[in-house]
Amino acid sequence: MNAKVHVQTKINGENVDFLCEPRQSLLECLRDIIGLTGSKEGCNDGNCGACTVVFDGRIVTSCLVLGVEAQGKEITTIEGIASSEGLHPIQEAFLENAALQCGICTPGFIVATKALLDHNPNPSEYQIRFWLANNLCRCTGYDKIVFAVQDAAGRLASSKK
Amino acid sequence: MKWVDYIQPSTLDDALGLLKKHGEKAGILAGGTDLLVLLRAKAKSSDIIVDIKNIAELNQLDFDKKTGLTIGAAVPCYKIYNDSNVKKYYPGIIDSASIIGGTQIQGRATLGGNLCNSAPSADAVPGMIAMGVTCKVAGSNGVREVPVEEFCLAPRKNILKPDEILVSLNYPAPKPNTGSRYIRFIPRNEMDIAVVGVGVYVELENNKFKDLRVSLASVAPKPIFVQEAGTSVVGKEVNEENINLAALKAKEAAKPITDMRGTIEFRKHLSEVLTKRALQTAIERAKESV
Ligand SMILES: Cc1cc2nc3c(=O)[nH]c(=O)nc-3n(C[C@H](O)[C@H](O)[C@H](O)COP(=O)(O)OP(=O)(O)OC[C@H]3O[C@@H](n4cnc5c(N)ncnc54)[C@H](O)[C@@H]3O)c2cc1C
Ligand code: FES
Ligand code: FES
Repeated sequence: MNAKVHVQTKINGENVDFLCEPRQSLLECLRDIIGLTGSKEGCNDGNCGACTVVFDGRIVTSCLVLGVEAQGKEITTIEGIASSEGLHPIQEAFLENAALQCGICTPGFIVATKALLDHNPNPSEYQIRFWLANNLCRCTGYDKIVFAVQDAAGRLASSKK
Repeated sequence: MKWVDYIQPSTLDDALGLLKKHGEKAGILAGGTDLLVLLRAKAKSSDIIVDIKNIAELNQLDFDKKTGLTIGAAVPCYKIYNDSNVKKYYPGIIDSASIIGGTQIQGRATLGGNLCNSAPSADAVPGMIAMGVTCKVAGSNGVREVPVEEFCLAPRKNILKPDEILVSLNYPAPKPNTGSRYIRFIPRNEMDIAVVGVGVYVELENNKFKDLRVSLASVAPKPIFVQEAGTSVVGKEVNEENINLAALKAKEAAKPITDMRGTIEFRKHLSEVLTKRALQTAIERAKESV
Protein backbone atom coordinates (compact mmCIF):
# COMPACT_ATOMS: atom_id res chain seq x y z
CA MET A 1 0.00 0.00 0.00
CA ASN A 2 0.95 3.58 -0.62
CA ALA A 3 3.78 2.54 -2.91
CA LYS A 4 4.72 4.67 -5.88
CA VAL A 5 4.19 3.13 -9.29
CA HIS A 6 6.90 2.58 -11.88
CA VAL A 7 5.69 3.80 -15.29
CA GLN A 8 7.44 3.09 -18.59
CA THR A 9 6.40 5.27 -21.45
CA LYS A 10 7.61 7.03 -24.56
CA ILE A 11 7.68 10.82 -24.64
CA ASN A 12 8.63 12.74 -27.80
CA GLY A 13 10.16 9.58 -29.25
CA GLU A 14 12.31 8.69 -26.24
CA ASN A 15 11.76 5.95 -23.69
CA VAL A 16 11.08 7.48 -20.28
CA ASP A 17 10.71 5.73 -16.91
CA PHE A 18 9.31 7.50 -13.90
CA LEU A 19 7.89 6.86 -10.45
CA CYS A 20 4.62 8.49 -9.43
CA GLU A 21 1.69 8.27 -7.06
CA PRO A 22 -1.44 6.86 -8.73
CA ARG A 23 -3.38 10.03 -7.94
CA GLN A 24 -0.94 12.28 -9.81
CA SER A 25 -2.07 13.62 -13.16
CA LEU A 26 0.01 13.13 -16.27
CA LEU A 27 0.48 16.91 -16.25
CA GLU A 28 2.00 16.80 -12.75
CA CYS A 29 4.24 13.90 -13.78
CA LEU A 30 5.44 15.72 -16.90
CA ARG A 31 6.15 18.97 -15.08
CA ASP A 32 7.21 17.98 -11.58
CA ILE A 33 8.78 14.55 -12.02
CA ILE A 34 10.09 14.40 -15.59
CA GLY A 35 10.92 18.10 -15.82
CA LEU A 36 9.06 18.84 -19.05
CA THR A 37 7.52 22.15 -18.02
CA GLY A 38 6.30 23.25 -21.46
CA SER A 39 2.78 21.91 -20.80
CA LYS A 40 1.02 24.44 -18.58
CA GLU A 41 -1.57 24.20 -15.85
CA GLY A 42 -4.38 26.71 -16.26
CA CYS A 43 -7.43 25.19 -14.60
CA ASN A 44 -6.59 21.59 -13.65
CA ASP A 45 -10.11 20.51 -14.62
CA GLY A 46 -10.14 20.02 -18.36
CA ASN A 47 -11.51 23.38 -19.45
CA CYS A 48 -8.58 25.51 -20.58
CA GLY A 49 -6.44 23.20 -22.75
CA ALA A 50 -3.10 24.69 -21.59
CA CYS A 51 -1.98 21.16 -20.65
CA THR A 52 -2.79 19.61 -24.06
CA VAL A 53 -0.57 16.72 -25.17
CA VAL A 54 -0.91 13.97 -27.76
CA PHE A 55 -1.68 10.77 -25.88
CA ASP A 56 -2.07 7.48 -27.70
CA GLY A 57 -2.54 9.32 -31.02
CA ARG A 58 -5.15 11.79 -29.82
CA ILE A 59 -4.99 15.18 -28.12
CA VAL A 60 -6.14 15.19 -24.50
CA THR A 61 -5.95 17.51 -21.52
CA SER A 62 -3.12 15.94 -19.50
CA CYS A 63 -4.60 17.23 -16.23
CA LEU A 64 -7.45 14.73 -16.75
CA VAL A 65 -5.17 11.75 -17.41
CA LEU A 66 -3.44 9.89 -14.60
CA GLY A 67 0.32 9.50 -14.88
CA VAL A 68 -0.06 5.74 -14.35
CA GLU A 69 -2.21 5.57 -17.48
CA ALA A 70 0.88 6.48 -19.53
CA GLN A 71 2.24 2.95 -19.07
CA GLY A 72 3.11 1.62 -22.55
CA LYS A 73 1.69 4.67 -24.31
CA GLU A 74 3.26 7.26 -26.63
CA ILE A 75 3.06 10.92 -25.73
CA THR A 76 4.01 14.08 -27.61
CA THR A 77 4.36 17.32 -25.67
CA ILE A 78 5.15 20.85 -26.84
CA GLU A 79 8.85 19.98 -26.33
CA GLY A 80 8.50 17.46 -29.17
CA ILE A 81 7.21 19.93 -31.76
CA ALA A 82 10.35 21.91 -32.72
CA SER A 83 13.29 20.07 -34.31
CA SER A 84 17.05 20.52 -33.92
CA GLU A 85 16.93 22.67 -37.08
CA GLY A 86 14.58 25.19 -35.51
CA LEU A 87 11.00 26.02 -34.75
CA HIS A 88 8.11 24.19 -36.36
CA PRO A 89 6.25 26.23 -39.04
CA ILE A 90 3.24 26.39 -36.67
CA GLN A 91 5.43 27.98 -34.00
CA GLU A 92 6.81 30.48 -36.53
CA ALA A 93 3.31 31.34 -37.67
CA PHE A 94 2.18 31.97 -34.07
CA LEU A 95 5.18 34.26 -33.48
CA GLU A 96 4.87 36.21 -36.70
CA ASN A 97 1.10 36.67 -36.41
CA ALA A 98 1.37 37.83 -32.79
CA ALA A 99 -0.93 34.98 -31.77
CA LEU A 100 0.28 35.20 -28.18
CA GLN A 101 0.67 37.76 -25.46
CA CYS A 102 1.38 36.21 -22.05
CA GLY A 103 1.97 32.86 -23.74
CA ILE A 104 0.57 30.52 -21.11
CA CYS A 105 -2.04 29.11 -23.50
CA THR A 106 0.39 28.82 -26.42
CA PRO A 107 1.87 25.35 -25.87
CA GLY A 108 -1.63 23.90 -25.73
CA PHE A 109 -2.75 25.78 -28.82
CA ILE A 110 0.30 24.66 -30.77
CA VAL A 111 -0.04 20.98 -29.85
CA ALA A 112 -3.76 21.13 -30.70
CA THR A 113 -3.10 22.97 -33.97
CA LYS A 114 -0.54 20.41 -35.05
CA ALA A 115 -3.03 17.61 -34.45
CA LEU A 116 -5.64 19.51 -36.48
CA LEU A 117 -3.34 20.17 -39.45
CA ASP A 118 -2.01 16.59 -39.37
CA HIS A 119 -5.48 15.26 -40.06
CA ASN A 120 -7.01 18.23 -41.93
CA PRO A 121 -4.31 20.24 -43.76
CA ASN A 122 -6.76 22.86 -45.04
CA PRO A 123 -9.39 23.57 -42.37
CA SER A 124 -12.05 26.26 -42.71
CA GLU A 125 -12.25 29.03 -40.13
CA TYR A 126 -15.25 27.26 -38.59
CA GLN A 127 -13.33 23.99 -38.36
CA ILE A 128 -10.39 25.77 -36.73
CA ARG A 129 -12.58 27.46 -34.12
CA PHE A 130 -14.51 24.27 -33.42
CA TRP A 131 -11.35 22.14 -33.06
CA LEU A 132 -9.72 24.70 -30.75
CA ALA A 133 -12.82 25.25 -28.57
CA ASN A 134 -11.17 23.32 -25.73
CA ASN A 135 -8.28 25.86 -25.65
CA LEU A 136 -8.89 29.12 -23.83
CA CYS A 137 -6.89 32.33 -24.23
CA ARG A 138 -7.41 35.31 -21.92
CA CYS A 139 -5.22 37.71 -23.93
CA THR A 140 -5.47 37.57 -27.71
CA GLY A 141 -9.19 37.50 -28.44
CA TYR A 142 -8.61 34.42 -30.64
CA ASP A 143 -8.66 36.13 -34.07
CA LYS A 144 -4.89 36.25 -34.27
CA ILE A 145 -4.69 32.61 -33.27
CA VAL A 146 -7.07 31.70 -36.08
CA PHE A 147 -4.97 33.77 -38.54
CA ALA A 148 -1.83 32.00 -37.31
CA VAL A 149 -3.38 28.58 -37.85
CA GLN A 150 -4.43 29.57 -41.39
CA ASP A 151 -0.95 30.92 -42.05
CA ALA A 152 0.63 27.74 -40.65
CA ALA A 153 -1.57 25.62 -42.91
CA GLY A 154 -0.31 27.64 -45.88
CA ARG A 155 3.33 27.30 -44.79
CA LEU A 156 3.00 23.54 -44.36
CA ALA A 157 1.28 23.17 -47.74
CA SER A 158 3.99 25.14 -49.57
CA SER A 159 6.80 23.27 -47.76
CA LYS A 160 5.33 20.02 -49.10
CA LYS A 161 5.33 21.23 -52.72
CA MET B 1 -6.96 14.39 -3.98
CA LYS B 2 -6.10 11.96 -1.17
CA TRP B 3 -4.03 8.81 -1.75
CA VAL B 4 -5.78 6.37 -4.06
CA ASP B 5 -4.65 3.05 -5.53
CA TYR B 6 -4.95 2.29 -9.23
CA ILE B 7 -5.59 -0.96 -11.02
CA GLN B 8 -6.29 -1.83 -14.64
CA PRO B 9 -8.03 -5.22 -14.82
CA SER B 10 -7.91 -6.93 -18.21
CA THR B 11 -11.09 -9.00 -17.86
CA LEU B 12 -14.64 -8.17 -16.86
CA ASP B 13 -14.52 -10.88 -14.17
CA ASP B 14 -11.46 -9.31 -12.58
CA ALA B 15 -13.15 -5.92 -12.64
CA LEU B 16 -16.31 -7.34 -11.04
CA GLY B 17 -14.19 -9.06 -8.37
CA LEU B 18 -12.59 -5.72 -7.51
CA LEU B 19 -15.97 -4.00 -7.31
CA LYS B 20 -17.32 -6.74 -5.05
CA LYS B 21 -14.31 -6.39 -2.77
CA HIS B 22 -14.16 -2.59 -2.57
CA GLY B 23 -17.85 -1.69 -3.04
CA GLU B 24 -18.52 2.03 -2.95
CA LYS B 25 -14.86 2.76 -2.32
CA ALA B 26 -14.00 1.72 -5.89
CA GLY B 27 -14.08 4.50 -8.49
CA ILE B 28 -14.62 3.22 -12.02
CA LEU B 29 -12.44 5.11 -14.51
CA ALA B 30 -13.47 5.32 -18.17
CA GLY B 31 -12.33 8.61 -19.73
CA GLY B 32 -12.01 10.25 -16.32
CA THR B 33 -13.41 13.59 -17.48
CA ASP B 34 -16.01 13.48 -14.71
CA LEU B 35 -14.35 11.12 -12.23
CA LEU B 36 -11.03 12.92 -11.88
CA VAL B 37 -12.75 16.29 -11.59
CA LEU B 38 -15.03 14.92 -8.83
CA LEU B 39 -12.18 13.28 -6.91
CA ARG B 40 -10.07 16.42 -7.10
CA ALA B 41 -12.98 18.58 -5.93
CA LYS B 42 -13.57 16.09 -3.06
CA ALA B 43 -17.12 15.64 -4.33
CA LYS B 44 -16.36 11.92 -4.40
CA SER B 45 -13.90 9.80 -2.48
CA SER B 46 -12.40 6.52 -3.72
CA ASP B 47 -9.77 4.22 -2.22
CA ILE B 48 -9.05 2.51 -5.51
CA ILE B 49 -9.48 3.55 -9.12
CA VAL B 50 -10.53 0.69 -11.37
CA ASP B 51 -9.55 1.59 -14.94
CA ILE B 52 -11.86 -0.27 -17.33
CA LYS B 53 -10.17 0.72 -20.60
CA ASN B 54 -8.25 -2.53 -20.95
CA ILE B 55 -11.29 -4.84 -20.96
CA ALA B 56 -12.10 -6.19 -24.43
CA GLU B 57 -15.93 -6.22 -24.10
CA LEU B 58 -15.92 -2.60 -23.01
CA ASN B 59 -13.97 -1.59 -26.13
CA GLN B 60 -16.46 -3.08 -28.60
CA LEU B 61 -17.77 -0.89 -31.39
CA ASP B 62 -19.68 -3.46 -33.41
CA PHE B 63 -22.39 -3.00 -35.96
CA ASP B 64 -24.73 -5.59 -37.40
CA LYS B 65 -27.62 -4.67 -39.70
CA LYS B 66 -29.92 -7.11 -37.91
CA THR B 67 -28.99 -6.60 -34.26
CA GLY B 68 -27.83 -2.98 -34.31
CA LEU B 69 -24.90 -1.15 -32.81
CA THR B 70 -23.03 -2.05 -29.63
CA ILE B 71 -20.90 0.67 -28.08
CA GLY B 72 -18.66 -0.55 -25.26
CA ALA B 73 -18.61 1.58 -22.14
CA ALA B 74 -14.92 2.44 -22.60
CA VAL B 75 -15.09 3.69 -26.22
CA PRO B 76 -14.21 7.40 -26.40
CA CYS B 77 -16.38 9.86 -28.36
CA TYR B 78 -13.89 10.47 -31.18
CA LYS B 79 -13.85 6.78 -32.10
CA ILE B 80 -17.63 6.79 -32.21
CA TYR B 81 -18.05 9.80 -34.48
CA ASN B 82 -15.25 8.64 -36.79
CA ASP B 83 -16.83 5.20 -37.24
CA SER B 84 -18.21 4.65 -40.74
CA ASN B 85 -21.29 2.70 -39.61
CA VAL B 86 -22.18 5.32 -37.03
CA LYS B 87 -21.84 7.99 -39.72
CA LYS B 88 -24.05 6.08 -42.11
CA TYR B 89 -26.76 4.68 -39.84
CA TYR B 90 -26.74 6.72 -36.62
CA PRO B 91 -26.12 10.42 -37.33
CA GLY B 92 -28.10 11.18 -34.16
CA ILE B 93 -25.29 9.70 -32.04
CA ILE B 94 -22.78 12.05 -33.65
CA ASP B 95 -24.96 15.03 -32.66
CA SER B 96 -24.14 14.19 -29.03
CA ALA B 97 -20.66 12.67 -29.22
CA SER B 98 -19.26 15.65 -31.12
CA ILE B 99 -20.42 18.30 -28.63
CA ILE B 100 -19.40 16.75 -25.30
CA GLY B 101 -16.62 19.14 -24.24
CA GLY B 102 -14.12 19.99 -26.98
CA THR B 103 -11.66 17.97 -29.06
CA GLN B 104 -9.46 17.07 -26.08
CA ILE B 105 -12.38 15.96 -23.90
CA GLN B 106 -13.74 13.87 -26.81
CA GLY B 107 -10.37 12.13 -26.98
CA ARG B 108 -11.19 10.58 -23.60
CA ALA B 109 -14.87 10.97 -22.69
CA THR B 110 -17.17 7.98 -23.22
CA LEU B 111 -20.94 7.78 -23.72
CA GLY B 112 -21.02 5.18 -20.94
CA GLY B 113 -19.37 7.65 -18.56
CA ASN B 114 -21.86 10.32 -19.62
CA LEU B 115 -24.73 7.99 -18.68
CA CYS B 116 -23.15 6.65 -15.46
CA ASN B 117 -22.30 10.15 -14.27
CA SER B 118 -26.07 10.72 -14.50
CA ALA B 119 -26.04 14.51 -14.71
CA PRO B 120 -29.48 16.04 -15.47
CA SER B 121 -27.73 17.86 -18.34
CA ALA B 122 -25.89 14.83 -19.81
CA ASP B 123 -25.76 15.46 -23.56
CA ALA B 124 -25.68 11.83 -24.68
CA VAL B 125 -28.61 10.57 -22.62
CA PRO B 126 -31.70 12.16 -24.30
CA GLY B 127 -30.56 10.73 -27.64
CA MET B 128 -30.21 7.28 -26.09
CA ILE B 129 -33.68 7.46 -24.56
CA ALA B 130 -35.21 8.68 -27.83
CA MET B 131 -33.49 5.92 -29.83
CA GLY B 132 -34.60 3.23 -27.39
CA VAL B 133 -31.12 2.21 -26.27
CA THR B 134 -30.67 -0.54 -23.69
CA CYS B 135 -27.73 -0.88 -21.31
CA LYS B 136 -25.97 -4.13 -20.62
CA VAL B 137 -25.08 -4.16 -16.92
CA ALA B 138 -22.89 -6.86 -15.35
CA GLY B 139 -22.56 -7.58 -11.63
CA SER B 140 -21.54 -10.40 -9.33
CA ASN B 141 -25.05 -11.83 -9.73
CA GLY B 142 -24.96 -11.89 -13.52
CA VAL B 143 -25.98 -9.70 -16.40
CA ARG B 144 -29.14 -7.58 -16.82
CA GLU B 145 -30.48 -5.37 -19.57
CA VAL B 146 -31.93 -2.00 -18.61
CA PRO B 147 -33.61 0.58 -20.88
CA VAL B 148 -31.76 3.90 -20.65
CA GLU B 149 -34.94 5.74 -19.63
CA GLU B 150 -34.94 3.71 -16.39
CA PHE B 151 -31.22 4.16 -15.66
CA CYS B 152 -30.90 7.62 -14.09
CA LEU B 153 -32.65 8.36 -10.79
CA ALA B 154 -31.47 11.80 -9.63
CA PRO B 155 -28.40 14.02 -10.09
CA ARG B 156 -25.39 11.63 -10.03
CA LYS B 157 -27.63 8.73 -8.90
CA ASN B 158 -28.54 5.74 -11.00
CA ILE B 159 -29.68 2.13 -10.75
CA LEU B 160 -26.15 0.64 -10.68
CA LYS B 161 -25.32 -1.25 -7.49
CA PRO B 162 -21.79 -0.82 -6.09
CA ASP B 163 -20.77 -4.21 -7.52
CA GLU B 164 -22.13 -3.47 -11.00
CA ILE B 165 -20.56 -2.12 -14.15
CA LEU B 166 -22.02 -0.79 -17.38
CA VAL B 167 -20.66 -3.05 -20.12
CA SER B 168 -22.19 -1.58 -23.27
CA LEU B 169 -24.94 0.44 -24.87
CA ASN B 170 -27.05 -1.33 -27.45
CA TYR B 171 -28.66 0.77 -30.18
CA PRO B 172 -31.54 -0.93 -32.05
CA ALA B 173 -30.95 -1.98 -35.66
CA PRO B 174 -31.42 0.86 -38.14
CA LYS B 175 -34.79 0.88 -39.91
CA PRO B 176 -35.76 2.65 -43.11
CA ASN B 177 -37.82 5.84 -42.69
CA THR B 178 -36.39 6.59 -39.26
CA GLY B 179 -34.34 9.53 -38.08
CA SER B 180 -33.03 10.97 -34.83
CA ARG B 181 -31.56 14.23 -33.66
CA TYR B 182 -30.07 15.81 -30.54
CA ILE B 183 -29.76 19.56 -30.04
CA ARG B 184 -29.10 21.70 -26.99
CA PHE B 185 -29.21 25.38 -26.17
CA ILE B 186 -26.06 26.93 -24.72
CA PRO B 187 -25.08 30.60 -24.62
CA ARG B 188 -21.72 29.84 -26.31
CA ASN B 189 -21.13 27.94 -29.53
CA GLU B 190 -19.46 25.01 -27.78
CA MET B 191 -18.01 23.87 -24.44
CA ASP B 192 -20.92 24.63 -22.13
CA ILE B 193 -23.60 22.88 -20.09
CA ALA B 194 -27.00 22.49 -21.75
CA VAL B 195 -29.66 24.96 -20.60
CA VAL B 196 -32.03 22.50 -22.27
CA GLY B 197 -31.20 19.48 -24.45
CA VAL B 198 -33.64 17.58 -26.66
CA GLY B 199 -33.27 14.15 -28.23
CA VAL B 200 -35.90 12.90 -30.66
CA TYR B 201 -36.55 9.85 -32.81
CA VAL B 202 -39.20 9.41 -35.51
CA GLU B 203 -40.39 6.59 -37.71
CA LEU B 204 -42.55 7.60 -40.70
CA GLU B 205 -44.99 5.60 -42.81
CA ASN B 206 -47.06 7.01 -45.70
CA ASN B 207 -46.36 10.51 -44.41
CA LYS B 208 -47.68 9.61 -40.96
CA PHE B 209 -45.86 9.25 -37.64
CA LYS B 210 -45.52 5.53 -36.98
CA ASP B 211 -43.39 6.23 -33.90
CA LEU B 212 -42.13 9.37 -32.20
CA ARG B 213 -40.00 9.61 -29.06
CA VAL B 214 -38.86 12.75 -27.26
CA SER B 215 -36.49 13.05 -24.32
CA LEU B 216 -35.34 16.19 -22.51
CA ALA B 217 -32.23 17.08 -20.50
CA SER B 218 -31.78 19.87 -17.93
CA VAL B 219 -35.49 20.23 -17.20
CA ALA B 220 -35.75 17.78 -14.26
CA PRO B 221 -33.44 16.03 -11.75
CA LYS B 222 -32.73 13.46 -14.47
CA PRO B 223 -33.15 13.22 -18.24
CA ILE B 224 -36.84 12.51 -18.91
CA PHE B 225 -38.80 10.55 -21.50
CA VAL B 226 -41.85 12.48 -22.77
CA GLN B 227 -44.25 9.70 -23.58
CA GLU B 228 -47.18 12.09 -24.27
CA ALA B 229 -45.31 13.60 -27.22
CA GLY B 230 -45.48 10.26 -28.97
CA THR B 231 -49.03 9.27 -27.99
CA SER B 232 -50.36 12.67 -29.10
CA VAL B 233 -49.24 12.31 -32.71
CA VAL B 234 -48.60 8.65 -33.58
CA GLY B 235 -50.84 7.66 -36.49
CA LYS B 236 -51.26 11.28 -37.52
CA GLU B 237 -50.04 13.20 -40.53
CA VAL B 238 -46.46 14.53 -40.61
CA ASN B 239 -47.19 18.26 -40.73
CA GLU B 240 -46.46 21.46 -38.87
CA GLU B 241 -49.56 21.23 -36.72
CA ASN B 242 -48.59 17.82 -35.34
CA ILE B 243 -44.94 18.77 -34.90
CA ASN B 244 -46.17 21.73 -32.86
CA LEU B 245 -48.44 19.45 -30.84
CA ALA B 246 -45.58 17.10 -29.94
CA ALA B 247 -43.44 20.11 -29.03
CA LEU B 248 -46.20 21.46 -26.78
CA LYS B 249 -46.27 18.11 -24.94
CA ALA B 250 -42.52 18.45 -24.38
CA LYS B 251 -43.05 21.92 -22.93
CA GLU B 252 -45.77 20.60 -20.62
CA ALA B 253 -43.60 17.70 -19.45
CA ALA B 254 -40.61 19.92 -18.63
CA LYS B 255 -40.35 20.55 -14.87
CA PRO B 256 -37.24 22.75 -14.72
CA ILE B 257 -35.83 24.93 -11.99
CA THR B 258 -34.54 28.48 -12.19
CA ASP B 259 -30.77 28.74 -11.83
CA MET B 260 -27.92 30.85 -13.20
CA ARG B 261 -28.29 29.23 -16.63
CA GLY B 262 -31.96 29.98 -17.14
CA THR B 263 -35.38 30.53 -15.60
CA ILE B 264 -38.28 28.09 -15.50
CA GLU B 265 -40.14 30.07 -18.18
CA PHE B 266 -37.10 30.20 -20.47
CA ARG B 267 -36.42 26.48 -20.11
CA LYS B 268 -40.03 25.56 -20.83
CA HIS B 269 -39.98 27.79 -23.89
CA LEU B 270 -36.71 26.19 -25.03
CA SER B 271 -38.16 22.71 -24.56
CA GLU B 272 -40.89 23.54 -27.07
CA VAL B 273 -38.72 25.35 -29.62
CA LEU B 274 -35.88 22.83 -29.55
CA THR B 275 -38.29 19.89 -29.83
CA LYS B 276 -39.79 21.47 -32.94
CA ARG B 277 -36.39 22.03 -34.51
CA ALA B 278 -35.09 18.61 -33.57
CA LEU B 279 -38.18 16.95 -35.03
CA GLN B 280 -37.78 18.86 -38.30
CA THR B 281 -34.23 17.56 -38.72
CA ALA B 282 -35.16 14.02 -37.62
CA ILE B 283 -37.98 13.98 -40.21
CA GLU B 284 -35.56 15.11 -42.94
CA ARG B 285 -33.16 12.38 -41.87
CA ALA B 286 -35.95 9.80 -41.89
CA LYS B 287 -36.77 10.73 -45.47
CA GLU B 288 -33.12 10.28 -46.48
CA SER B 289 -32.48 7.19 -44.33
CA VAL B 290 -31.22 3.90 -45.75
C1 LIG C 1 -14.09 20.55 -19.85
C2 LIG C 1 -15.25 19.61 -19.79
C3 LIG C 1 -16.33 19.79 -20.64
C4 LIG C 1 -17.43 18.93 -20.60
N1 LIG C 1 -18.45 19.15 -21.45
C5 LIG C 1 -19.54 18.33 -21.41
C6 LIG C 1 -20.63 18.54 -22.31
O1 LIG C 1 -20.59 19.45 -23.15
N2 LIG C 1 -21.70 17.72 -22.21
C7 LIG C 1 -21.76 16.70 -21.31
O2 LIG C 1 -22.76 15.98 -21.27
N3 LIG C 1 -20.72 16.46 -20.46
C8 LIG C 1 -19.63 17.26 -20.49
N4 LIG C 1 -18.59 17.04 -19.63
C9 LIG C 1 -18.67 15.95 -18.66
C10 LIG C 1 -17.99 14.64 -19.13
O3 LIG C 1 -16.97 14.89 -20.06
C11 LIG C 1 -18.99 13.67 -19.76
O4 LIG C 1 -20.02 13.37 -18.86
C12 LIG C 1 -18.31 12.39 -20.25
O5 LIG C 1 -19.15 11.73 -21.16
C13 LIG C 1 -17.94 11.44 -19.12
O6 LIG C 1 -17.30 10.30 -19.69
P1 LIG C 1 -15.95 9.70 -19.09
O7 LIG C 1 -15.65 8.48 -19.87
O8 LIG C 1 -14.89 10.70 -19.02
O9 LIG C 1 -16.45 9.33 -17.62
P2 LIG C 1 -15.65 9.04 -16.27
O10 LIG C 1 -15.24 10.31 -15.66
O11 LIG C 1 -14.61 8.01 -16.47
O12 LIG C 1 -16.87 8.41 -15.43
C14 LIG C 1 -18.01 9.17 -15.08
C15 LIG C 1 -18.73 8.49 -13.91
O13 LIG C 1 -19.31 7.26 -14.29
C16 LIG C 1 -18.70 6.17 -13.64
N5 LIG C 1 -18.48 5.15 -14.68
C17 LIG C 1 -17.79 5.34 -15.84
N6 LIG C 1 -17.86 4.23 -16.61
C18 LIG C 1 -18.60 3.33 -15.91
C19 LIG C 1 -19.03 2.00 -16.20
N7 LIG C 1 -18.71 1.38 -17.35
N8 LIG C 1 -19.79 1.35 -15.27
C20 LIG C 1 -20.13 1.97 -14.12
N9 LIG C 1 -19.75 3.24 -13.79
C21 LIG C 1 -19.00 3.91 -14.69
C22 LIG C 1 -17.43 6.71 -13.03
O14 LIG C 1 -17.05 6.01 -11.87
C23 LIG C 1 -17.80 8.15 -12.75
O15 LIG C 1 -18.52 8.26 -11.56
C24 LIG C 1 -17.46 17.87 -19.66
C25 LIG C 1 -16.36 17.67 -18.82
C26 LIG C 1 -15.27 18.52 -18.86
C27 LIG C 1 -14.11 18.29 -17.95
S1 FES D 1 -4.92 22.63 -16.98
FE1 FES D 1 -5.66 20.97 -18.08
S2 FES D 1 -7.29 21.81 -19.18
FE2 FES D 1 -6.68 23.47 -17.94
S1 FES E 1 -1.66 34.61 -24.67
FE1 FES E 1 -2.23 34.89 -22.61
S2 FES E 1 -3.74 33.35 -22.35
FE2 FES E 1 -3.34 33.27 -24.44
